[in-house]
Amino acid sequence: MLEIRNLHAEVEGNEILKGVDLTVRAGEVHAVMGPNGSGKSTLSQVLAGNEQYEVTEGQVRFLGRDLLELPAEERARLGLFLAFQYPVEIPGITNSYFLQAALNEIRKSNGLEELDAVDFRKLLEEKMDLVAVDHSFAERPVNDGFSGGEKKRNEILQLAVLEPRLAILDETDSGLDIDALRIVAEGVNRLRTSERAFIVVTHYQRLLEYIVPDYVHVLYKGSIVKSGGKELARELEARGYDWLKEKSAVS
Amino acid sequence: MADLKDQTGYIGSRVEQSTRELAELTDREYKYGWVTPVEQDTVEPGLNEDVIRLISAKKEEPSWLLDWRLKAYRHWLTMTEPRWANVTYPPIDYQAQRYYAAPKKRPQKPGSLEEVDKELLKTFEKLGIPLEEQKRLAGVAVDAVFDSVSVATTHQDILARKGIIFCSFSEAVKKHPDLVKEFLGSVVPYTDNFFAALNSAVFSDGSFCYIPKGVKCPMDLSTYFRINAAETGQFERTLIIADEGAQVNYLEGCTAPIRDENQLHAAVVELIALEGARINYATVQNWYSGDQFGRGGIYNFVTKRGICKGAGSHISWTQVETGSAITWKYPGCILQGDDSVGEFYSVALSTKRQQADTGTKMIHLGKNTRSTIISKTISAREGNNSYRGLVQIMPKASNSRNYTQCDSLLIGNKCGAHTFPYIDVRNMTSRVEHEASTSKISEEQLFYCKQRGIGPEDAISLVVNGFCKEVFEHLPMEFAVEASRLLNVSLEGSVG
Ligand SMILES: Nc1ncnc2c1ncn2[C@@H]1O[C@H](COP(=O)(O)OP(=O)(O)OP(=O)(O)O)[C@@H](O)[C@H]1O
Ligand SMILES: [Mg+2]
Repeated sequence: MLEIRNLHAEVEGNEILKGVDLTVRAGEVHAVMGPNGSGKSTLSQVLAGNEQYEVTEGQVRFLGRDLLELPAEERARLGLFLAFQYPVEIPGITNSYFLQAALNEIRKSNGLEELDAVDFRKLLEEKMDLVAVDHSFAERPVNDGFSGGEKKRNEILQLAVLEPRLAILDETDSGLDIDALRIVAEGVNRLRTSERAFIVVTHYQRLLEYIVPDYVHVLYKGSIVKSGGKELARELEARGYDWLKEKSAVS
Repeated sequence: MADLKDQTGYIGSRVEQSTRELAELTDREYKYGWVTPVEQDTVEPGLNEDVIRLISAKKEEPSWLLDWRLKAYRHWLTMTEPRWANVTYPPIDYQAQRYYAAPKKRPQKPGSLEEVDKELLKTFEKLGIPLEEQKRLAGVAVDAVFDSVSVATTHQDILARKGIIFCSFSEAVKKHPDLVKEFLGSVVPYTDNFFAALNSAVFSDGSFCYIPKGVKCPMDLSTYFRINAAETGQFERTLIIADEGAQVNYLEGCTAPIRDENQLHAAVVELIALEGARINYATVQNWYSGDQFGRGGIYNFVTKRGICKGAGSHISWTQVETGSAITWKYPGCILQGDDSVGEFYSVALSTKRQQADTGTKMIHLGKNTRSTIISKTISAREGNNSYRGLVQIMPKASNSRNYTQCDSLLIGNKCGAHTFPYIDVRNMTSRVEHEASTSKISEEQLFYCKQRGIGPEDAISLVVNGFCKEVFEHLPMEFAVEASRLLNVSLEGSVG
């Protein structure tokens, strides 16, 4: 589904990603971990098409397309979703309006009929129940006046409504209380299908106890220095990253 | 407003966005830019006492009104054009303008459409305002003004049953001279400013409305202004009186053909709210704005003011200004009655080479008076937008309150936004709050929308519509939809 080859990217002249390789197949869940500033969000943003970041080398294929050629909205319509580490506020526009506009754009470009207000409302209510958010979310302005945790949950609601093929969750667990963490993880698990893949960026093993990954990768100084199964996350929790730093210096 | 230039407390800011180069894009079509071929009855260009006498004679006016016009004209001769606004334009040759243009074939008696030129009916139909009995809009009464005259006013019969008068200004002069005489110039005297004096001298038509005591107007009233003739100014005059306890919603719309020359529009609107009355006045201004090189467009120099004369009265102005090459306009409220309320909600968009200098004046005279000002300006491409507002609390206005919020949004790096608040408080028990913000449209917001599948232009319009929400909420539904559509059309092509 997603194939990243030797991806290099820079921002304001500083190289942040220094040759990332990663393959994600349909149905898989990949966890990406790594110290602060190692480039996890940069990777997420680059995949989503944020033009602030300049790709200087490498290829990315997504569902048979050259991802890097497409503008952000085309990537989204193709089925790539990013749950932002810092969700953005759009004052004056309700979640419901925003999501209906987004969903219809995606449906349109996939040759599906647009949903009218009534059908959309029904869908939205189902999805709010699925990810256990309060129905008042629908008429609140997008992330405006939301608490940190509510913003993260709102990202998961959007994920549920837009039903992407690949969802990248950038530290969706940070800022969630223990109950919310469980609820969000359950929401994500409900959305796991054999068709859909996830890249879960996190600092904490705890999330991965709920959302059990197929693979765990360590991103360090802009490249993946170690990959393994779910037990790698536990090892990182116990040992930190220092042993990997030494390792990467050696190799 | 003319006195504002002398006030102190001037705050100006020019903020330029430098993050992103905007592409020069094709000019979107202005949907209303055509010209209607009608036979015209016009006066020769130029302005003098004879022209004023001629206009007054054409309208078969009583002598008191001609005298009033002449006094205004003589006063105007002593005045100079205001140049304090933050706009630039070449000198206007007032002798090159025509001050009267009317279609030849129009109803000789009000209410009959038989003699109306079919082209006129077609014009208004094309503008979405069918005038014929069987087609006309159900929930709203319309006065349709074409150049210098009113063509038709719908639903007069239904309104008359409630004692409501809704007609053209000319008709009001003939049928309700006492009301006109009592209130004309009572809120905006002809001495008020240069353009108000000019309007008082040469005004042609406009709407008149009187809501009797205790009557809640059963439908929205609306005037649609259409400029058609070339080299002709439009000088309309509107007078709305809400008697004690009366209520009315009033809507105003306007369009003009695409021309390379600038055209002058200098209107006066006066609102009078007696005790406990409420007037909501909404404008969606979409005069032709000129092209991307600054050629053509309407000079919109307008004086609008309401007086809350009686205790507990309430006047609310809502404006969405998307058109005109230059807008110079400060709808205000004189809060004379105790406990009266004035509101001003404004969205002003300047794109291409448009310039807007707009805001409000809230004059608190009575006790416990309250005013709210919400101004949202959007500047794109080479547009230049200024908010200018006066809040004045006079010595007797104890316990009065004002809240002002001015937000400016910049799209691109060649546009400008400025804020000029003037605050004058002469009563220590009163409170004035002012909040202002200027921001460029956020790349983060746009990227967030795009990441959800929304295209770049729709993303801009989404963010801008959200920005304007607090103002659009005060418009009737259809007007809010139209306002949002106009914003979207105007903003097309402003993304790089
Ligand atoms: N827009 C930007 N402008 C300048 N520097 C940036 C920008 N985005 C990222 N960086 C830099 O790139 C590096 C990687 O940042 P990134 O946000 O990708 O790290 P991260 O792995 O997500 O960290 P965290 O765990 O703290 O979220 C950091 O040094 C950061 O300062
Ligand atoms: Mg990060």
